[in-house]
Parts: sequence; structure tokens; C-alpha cells
Amino acid sequence: MLVPSNVALRSPRQGLMALSLALSTLVTGTAWADLPPDLVLDGDAQAGKVVANDRSKGNCVACHVMAGSESPGAIGPVLIAMQTRFPSKKVLAEQIWDATVKNPEAVMPPFGKNEILSNKDFVDVVEFVWSL
Amino acid sequence: MTKNTITLIAASLACALTLPLAAATPEQDKESFQAYFKSRFPNVPQDDFKNGAYAIDPIGRENWEAIEEFPPYENAISSGETMWDTPFANGKTYKDCFPDGPAIAGKYPYWDRERGMVMTLPLAINDCREANEEKPLGYKKGPLADLEAYITYQSRGQITNVEIPSDDPRALEAYEKGKHFYFARRGQLNFSCAHCHLGNSGSTLRTEILSPAYGHTTHFPVYRSKWGEMGTLHRRFAGCNEQVRAKAFKPQGEEYRDLEFFLTYMNNGLELNGPGARK
Repeated sequence: MLVPSNVALRSPRQGLMALSLALSTLVTGTAWADLPPDLVLDGDAQAGKVVANDRSKGNCVACHVMAGSESPGAIGPVLIAMQTRFPSKKVLAEQIWDATVKNPEAVMPPFGKNEILSNKDFVDVVEFVWSL
Repeated sequence: MTKNTITLIAASLACALTLPLAAATPEQDKESFQAYFKSRFPNVPQDDFKNGAYAIDPIGRENWEAIEEFPPYENAISSGETMWDTPFANGKTYKDCFPDGPAIAGKYPYWDRERGMVMTLPLAINDCREANEEKPLGYKKGPLADLEAYITYQSRGQITNVEIPSDDPRALEAYEKGKHFYFARRGQLNFSCAHCHLGNSGSTLRTEILSPAYGHTTHFPVYRSKWGEMGTLHRRFAGCNEQVRAKAFKPQGEEYRDLEFFLTYMNNGLELNGPGARK
């Protein structure tokens, strides 16, 4: 083969990885605020449904298909059978609090850590999503 | 792109983090960037990426083509033409600053080695005005966007060809800063430009299709229906930053000029087709 090896071995995906390395350097070295251990997860699912559909608050439907919400986006997984997919409400809450803990490349905004939701809205949304 | 492929990319990204950082040249970045979009959207002819989301959204495209029959940016072009032809108070015109004009959009952005910075068309326009004792224009919209629309219209068909001179390390540094900006998370929502327009391009936010980054720089200034008027590329950058709830940077400040340098370089080879019309 006459193709230089450094060219031949570059697949688009490898290149994308290289291109994304700049990003990875930015997610290290910062202290994250964890889910407060004393946060009682006893929200109101009905109120949580409103938050989940509110563009300026949860806006879950922007990325997730959820029962009862119209025109969902397609970026995140379908929110269904949540109690079979998460071992506990607390683990689900941790995911919504800051999804980058489990997966540093997660796109989902850290709703708790970045104070996108108040604690009340947060526990309400957790209750609602847990009910799906 | 299937969910499996996304997972694969996520997995390979995770692996990449443990590898020593292999320095990629801008040329390699560009090849990877363009190859990524070609494999992500295999049915889009390469020269159609300049049409943004309309290259991948047949229904949106129909509406857009209908809009293009009576282009909403036409008034901007004719106001811009009047500006181009009208002498300054000192009797000189833009032509004195831009002897090759008005079809000069394809020259920008470029690395200005004397000033050690990325030079853009809007910045050059205001430099020209100030050199002729005229007040500088606002960088986001209004007369500057009109004049840019005229220049861009006259430049249609030119090919994006940003050069990063290899004999000036500051040019590469500006490129790297722009690239870093592109991949950096920011704002309360914690998104990078790449999260939406690279990794999730073609997917939907509610019913909005996320446009591919390949094609983002070809058609500015743009008449955006959401704005109800013209706006520049840096106005769009600022809007995007605000949407992720970050504080926008100054239009034509170093951050956005470096970002424009990187992003336009990624789009090298695509035809200029501005001014554009977008939702």
C-alpha cells in the first residue's frame, strides 16, 4: 500500500476522539456538589409533571419521550419503566442531579448540581420520572 | 446514526481519555470533522451541507425553498449596496478600503500577522469606517449586517478556504483556542457547541432538528425568522451561548473571532451561499 500509515489508520471516529480531547480536559479538577444526603425524596409527581414539561425548568421532553407529553425530542432515552431500570429512587435522583458523574460525556444538564431546579422542583421531578 | 454507534463513540471517547494526547494538526482535524459528518449523513451530497438543517430535513426544506422565492434578506442586500456606493463624508468609499470588492467574503476570516489576530469581515468594515472618520457600526445587526449581506451576496459561489499559516505559531494558537471553545462545556446547562451540533446533529430537541456544524459558516449574515431581521455570525454565537445560560462574549472579541477561525476552517471546501434564511 502506498498510503502513509498515519493517514490509512485514521478513521472518522478516531479523529472525532482526537477532536474531542479538548473537552475532556475541562471536566476534570472541579469539585462537584453532590446530591445532598439529607434531601428527602418525597415529592409530588403531579407537580413534577408540570416541571418536566416546563421549557424554563425541567424541560425533560426536549430530549426524552415521556407518556403524556407531546412533541418530544430524541436525544435522550425514552422515559419508561423507570423502576425496572433504576435500582432505587435515590439512584435515579443522582442521575438527574448530575448525569456526568456516571458518564463524564453525558449531555444531560446537571439539574441539581447547577441549580437549574430548586430542591422542591427537583424532588417533584424525581417523583414524577420515578412514576413513569 | 444508531444508538449503538453513539454508545460506541461514547465508549471510544472514554478510552481516549486514558491515551496520551496525540497532537492533531488542523488539517487532520478538518479531515476527521468532515468525514464524521459524511458518515453520519451518508445520503447528503457533500455540497448540500451548506444548506444546514435543510440538507437533512425534507419538510423544513420545502418551507425554506418557499421562503427563498421571495428572500427575506433582499432588503438587507439593497441597503448594503447603497452603503457600498455612498461616499463617506471625506468623499472616499468602501471601495477605497477594499479595491477587490465587493466580492471579498471568501477572504475572511484570515490570520493577520501584522496585528497578530484573526481578522473578520465585520472587523475590516469597521476598520475601514474608522480610517475614514466614520463611526463604527454595531457588530450584531443593523447596517453592518446589511453591508455584509451585500458583500456576501456578491461573493456567492466562492469556496471557503481558510488558511492557517504554518510559519506563525500564533495563528495555530488562535485556531487551538477556537477549537477549545467549541468543545468546552459552558453555561448552567453545561453544553458545548459540539454536544448539539456534532454529537447530536440531526437529532431533535422537541421538534427542532439540530443542524450539523458542517455548513454552519457558509451563509452568514442570516435573516432569522425568530429574530425577524438580519444577524451576524457572532450574534448567532452569542444567542447560542445565552441559550445554554452562559454569559455571551463580546461580538468580534477574541473568543468569537478564534471560534470563527476554527469553525470556518472546519468548513473549508464548502461554497459560500450567504446571505441565508433560517428559522
